Amino acid sequence: MFAKKNGIPFQLRTVELLKGQHMSEEFFQVNCLWKVPVLKDGGFLLTESTAILIYLSSKYQVADNWYPGDLQARARVNEYLGWHADNIRGTFGVPLWAQVIGPLIGMQIPKEKVDHNKAGMGQALQLLEDKFLGDRAFLTGQQVTLADLMLLEELLQPVALGYNLFEGRPRLAAWRARVEAFLGAELCQEVHGSILSIWEQAAKKTIPVPPPEARPFMLLRIARIP
Amino acid sequence: MGLELYLDLISQPCRAVYIFAKKNGIPFQLHTVELFKGQHHTDAFVKINPLKKVPALKDGDFTLAESVAILLYLSRKYKAPDHWYPEDLQARARVDEYLSWQHTTLRSCCTRAMWQKVSYEGKWAGTPPPPEMLAATLGELDRCLQMLEDKFLRDQAFLTGPHISVADLLAITEMMHSVSAGCKIFESRPKLAAWRQRVEAAVGEDLFREAHAVVLKAKDLPPVVDPALKEQLKLSLQCLLY
Repeated sequence: MFAKKNGIPFQLRTVELLKGQHMSEEFFQVNCLWKVPVLKDGGFLLTESTAILIYLSSKYQVADNWYPGDLQARARVNEYLGWHADNIRGTFGVPLWAQVIGPLIGMQIPKEKVDHNKAGMGQALQLLEDKFLGDRAFLTGQQVTLADLMLLEELLQPVALGYNLFEGRPRLAAWRARVEAFLGAELCQEVHGSILSIWEQAAKKTIPVPPPEARPFMLLRIARIP
Repeated sequence: MGLELYLDLISQPCRAVYIFAKKNGIPFQLHTVELFKGQHHTDAFVKINPLKKVPALKDGDFTLAESVAILLYLSRKYKAPDHWYPEDLQARARVDEYLSWQHTTLRSCCTRAMWQKVSYEGKWAGTPPPPEMLAATLGELDRCLQMLEDKFLRDQAFLTGPHISVADLLAITEMMHSVSAGCKIFESRPKLAAWRQRVEAAVGEDLFREAHAVVLKAKDLPPVVDPALKEQLKLSLQCLLY
C-alpha cells in the first residue's frame, strides 16, 4: 500500500504463506525467520514491516506526513508503533487463525481463547479511541502517518471474518473512512481485495491446505494464543 | 522543569532508558513509579501516561510513552553518539528491524518467563501457573534466543553491527530479567555470553550493576499483603499467564 501510494517502483515477489512458499530453501536465504514482508534492495535485505516502512520513507523521500521530520511529531508515531507492536499485532490476527488457518490444519482453538481474544480486541479498541485517536483526524495528529496504515491493515483481518469492530465506534469508523479516502478507493480495492474475500474463499474451500513443512510453525503460533 | 523520566527499574524497558540516559550524560529528574505499590494507577501518573505504563517521559509540556519512542527521542534531542541510532540509512534500518522484532518475541517471553517462574516458585502473588505453561514459555524463550543469535547477532560484536546501539540495551535488559528469575540463559550460549560481556563493558560495569540492582532482588520481594493491591496486581499479571 505504502509503496504504491508513494509511487515507489518495485518488483513484487508474492510469497504465498498458505502454500508454504515461505518455507522454501530459496526463501530461507532471504529471511532465515521464514516471514514476510521482506525487502531486497541490491544486496541489502530487510525484514519487519515497521523497519521497511521507515526505510522506504527515508530512501524515497516521501511526503513528510508519513514519518514526520519534527522531533515530537515523529516521537508520537514511534510511540504508537511501539504500543501497536505489543497490543494490536498478534491480538488482531487471532480470528484468522481461529476461523480459517486452524481449521485448515485440523486445529480447533478453544472457545475460551476466542472469547478472551474478543475481549482483548475490545479493550485495545477502547484505548485506541481514547488515548490515540481522541478527537484528532488521525492517530497521531491531523495527517495520515505510518501509524494509520499499520492499524488499518490489522483491523481489516477480523473485519474480513465478520467481526464488526467499527459498530458502536463512530470515531473509529470515521477514522477508517478518512484513511481509505486518503489512500484512494482503487488502491484499497487492489490491496484489500484478497483478505476481504477470505471468508468466502474458506466457505468455497478454495484456500489451499498448508503443506506439512509449514505445520510445526503454525502449531507453535496457535499455542501462543492466550 | 527539565526532562523528567518516570521509571521503575524492575521493568526491562525502564532499565534500557535509564542506562541510555545515564551513559549519555542526559540530565533528568527521576520519578520512581513503584509498580508493586500500584503507583502507575494514581491520578497523578495517569496524567503523565494514560496507558498507565512505564517508562514515561515528560519534557516541558510534552509527554511520551513507549521505550523505543523514548530512546529515539532522547538519542536525537540530546545528540547521542551516532552508533546508538545511526544516521546511515541501512545501519539505522538494522536497528529498526531489531526494535520492531523484539516486541512480540524476546520482550513478550522474557516478561512471561520471569513472572511465571517467580509465581511458580510460590513467591508473593497469585496462583502458580501449571508446570506445562512454564515449560512452554521457557521453550519459547530458548527459541527466541536462538533466533536472536542466528538472525541478529551472527558473527557481529553487537546485535546490529560492530558498535553498541539501543537494540543491545533493550535486549540485554530483557535477558537480565530472565536471569534474575533464575533462568541460566548464558551458560549454554557462549556467543551470547561473549556479547553480554561486550555490552556490559560498553555500558560500564558500575552503571550496569546500578540499573539491575532492583530486579536482581525481585525474587526476594516481600509478599504483597494489602488485599486491594494484591487483587490489582493479580489482574495485571493474569495476562502474562499463557
